[in-house]
Amino acid sequence: MSEGAGAAVPPILSAHRISKSFGEIPVLFSIDFDIRPGEVHAIIGENGAGKSTLIKILSGLEQPTSGTITYRGQQVTLPPNGEAAAMGIVVIHQELLLAEHLTVADSIFLGREMQSGGFLKLKEMRAEARAILDTLHVNIDPDTRIHTLSVADKQMVEIAKAISQDARVIIMDEPTAVLSVAETRTFFEQIRRLTAQGVAIVFISHKLDEIMELANRVTVLRDGQLIATVGTENLTPDSIAQMMVGRELSNLYPPKHEPDVDSEVMLSVRDLSAPGISGISFDLKRGEILGFAGLIGSGRTAVAEAIVGLTRKTNGSVTVKGQPADFTDVSKSVAAGLAYMTKDRKGRGLLLNAGLTPNLTLLTLKKHLKNGFLDGSSETKALERAVRRFDIRARDPSVPVGKLSGGNQQKLMLGKTMESEPDIVIMDEPTRGIDVGTKQQIYHIIAALAAEGKAIIVISSEMQEVIGLSHRVVVMRQGRMAGMLEGAEITEAEIMRYAAGIKQGGEDDRLSA
Amino acid sequence: MTVSVPEAQKAPKGFRIDLKTAGPLLALVLLIILGYSLNPAFLNEGNVTNLLTRSAFIGIIAVGATFVITAGGIDLSVGSMAAFIAGMMILIMNAAVDSWGASLATVLLGIGCSLILGISAGFINGFLTTKAKIEAFIVTLGTMGIYRSLITYFADGGTLSLNNGAREIYRPVYYDSFLRIPYPVWVFIIVALIGWILMNRTAFGRYCMAIGSNEQVARYSAIKVDRIRTWTYVLQGLCVSLATIIYVPRLGSASSATGVLWELEAIAAVIIGGTVLKGGFGRIGGTVIGALILTAIGNILNLTDIISNYLNGAVQGIIIIAAVYLQRGSLTSKRKKAE
Repeated sequence: MSEGAGAAVPPILSAHRISKSFGEIPVLFSIDFDIRPGEVHAIIGENGAGKSTLIKILSGLEQPTSGTITYRGQQVTLPPNGEAAAMGIVVIHQELLLAEHLTVADSIFLGREMQSGGFLKLKEMRAEARAILDTLHVNIDPDTRIHTLSVADKQMVEIAKAISQDARVIIMDEPTAVLSVAETRTFFEQIRRLTAQGVAIVFISHKLDEIMELANRVTVLRDGQLIATVGTENLTPDSIAQMMVGRELSNLYPPKHEPDVDSEVMLSVRDLSAPGISGISFDLKRGEILGFAGLIGSGRTAVAEAIVGLTRKTNGSVTVKGQPADFTDVSKSVAAGLAYMTKDRKGRGLLLNAGLTPNLTLLTLKKHLKNGFLDGSSETKALERAVRRFDIRARDPSVPVGKLSGGNQQKLMLGKTMESEPDIVIMDEPTRGIDVGTKQQIYHIIAALAAEGKAIIVISSEMQEVIGLSHRVVVMRQGRMAGMLEGAEITEAEIMRYAAGIKQGGEDDRLSA
Repeated sequence: MTVSVPEAQKAPKGFRIDLKTAGPLLALVLLIILGYSLNPAFLNEGNVTNLLTRSAFIGIIAVGATFVITAGGIDLSVGSMAAFIAGMMILIMNAAVDSWGASLATVLLGIGCSLILGISAGFINGFLTTKAKIEAFIVTLGTMGIYRSLITYFADGGTLSLNNGAREIYRPVYYDSFLRIPYPVWVFIIVALIGWILMNRTAFGRYCMAIGSNEQVARYSAIKVDRIRTWTYVLQGLCVSLATIIYVPRLGSASSATGVLWELEAIAAVIIGGTVLKGGFGRIGGTVIGALILTAIGNILNLTDIISNYLNGAVQGIIIIAAVYLQRGSLTSKRKKAE
């Protein structure tokens, strides 16, 4: 990457010996961090490493427990609630915070409307919005309503808003996580344009290749500690990964036990179509782990939801153990021994305000009825079992599960899914947002379940995970199966070729890329 | 009171949750002390009985409303529904008196019709919110207007009165007692107990809380969200019908002024009791106390002349706002302690 900023330029924003604790739980230990004008500084680390907390502190959304912040050469206490934006420090959150029904121009000037005698100067705001969007080379009409825009365009609106606030530091939380490859390229151009104007960019990303390409410096966090801040020119993706994890990853995945060739086919899907997907066909055997790889939005979750009856399928057939299984609601699928574990822990998986027990038994509450009434002791026993089996750690079972770590939430959700004693389990992103140690535990649990004779589908956006766990891999692309890989074919390069549309398999040949 | 036992059990866990769970009870106790100190007649057996009987109408409806609100819904139609059902009961019983004469069967027919009407009206609200996917606020705002205008129409703008013969037979349901406790209070106690069991000891109650706290999680947990939601409205309709059954013999009449603002009193009782308005957490015990608090305020104003009885609504309004503020206050202090 080019020299965006010489080392001689003083930092515009810096943090000295920042520590932060939530209650008695420390999440950041004495972190030093700085950003210079025109620089791109990436923050990376495993989930739970403290990245989000650090950027919240850098933008005033959280106050540090100890340590100081210096902005433009002066020690400051950043105002909370995003008021730091007026000082030129703007955060663009991952879940873009835009009011869906406002127009683009409204959104850019939200809270800072141009007014004259109490009336909005609509024409001026529209023209100004137009001008800002033009400087970004973005072709969005200022009168468009936000909800009609693509995610990438919404992000551009956020950036335009930041520019209109004369932002000197823009902090972004995983800005490319929701973008397609082409959108990411456009986004990179914007970042370069901004840095050329002297704007400092701080961003969190999990994608090492992007960091190598875009960032001038990288700060690695692990378990709330600062591991290193290094110029990108001195790094390789491998060395970053090594620093992030801090241990060898060789034993991360358990050994694979191939299912017998003549194992019973547990789940058979033929020519399945549903909103967003079409022509999906595959078999899943007892004891097998079938991976589903593909880019975000390639339709993997849609396949799972159509199979278990969360969405209505438009065509095709599903059989479970040879029986037709056209589920119209989830309870039927659970009764047939087919369970789906959602990737959206917080939105669809768990009741964040409820304790551990109600969450664990929600899917299978009927099992805990005695004469029609809930049997508390039976529920308690189920929780004790699940805690032992899945190593769920909570100091008190009545603590709201929203307060648990991502890893413990995930294990609880796994426990909830397995409470239904399914023969077939579809796990959607089973390790999203959890630390490596817990990931390893979950991988071993998945392998053990397969060895017990469960048939398992693992949907994952982490290619290593799919490769490390699966006996066979389905690669999805744009709602269709781009390929089915087995044995030695399961490599990162091969999956990427199918996922990106460079290579297409079998019956999908007739599709244009 | 039996329903408050779980609060007492939870109390030792920590001072933090005290304000939220025991707060309504504390407020009721303070109100009773205030009432007694202003006028000792407040605690006369006659007045206490009167207070409990009056609170039964709102209380029974509020128990149903607790389920609707816990599951993330709202029912604004209960007041008009009560007026409509009362009117229909009177019309049906009067018609029956004409053909069969006034007898127990006439009254039972009226009661049966009330139950059918309540359950049907609840089902209609539930069906429209879940299947037609119209927001509960809109659906019940609509049915509220419909029932109110229907009772006005059937009463021809005036009052529907129950035939005197039938009234004599029906009268004891409101005015008589068993073990010195009036029948309406018994109905209230039984409805509250069944409600408490349903909410806390059955899958149905758990599902209501799950749906109210996150509908998506409920759907992904194989819960039949639409069916449970519809059931909460049916339950609400049933409660309205029970309240109407004990209300009709009180005056023996119904008019367009019957049950006015009951929906707001019921919702207020639910919220004062600690149920969360946006759903996910319901407390039947709290609702019972909430209904008692609301009735006690009116009763105290009646017995004393410090504040005009005409300001009853204003005092109730202040209490509602204060109750919700205190609950939120206890939540934020809890968060602060956790940090």
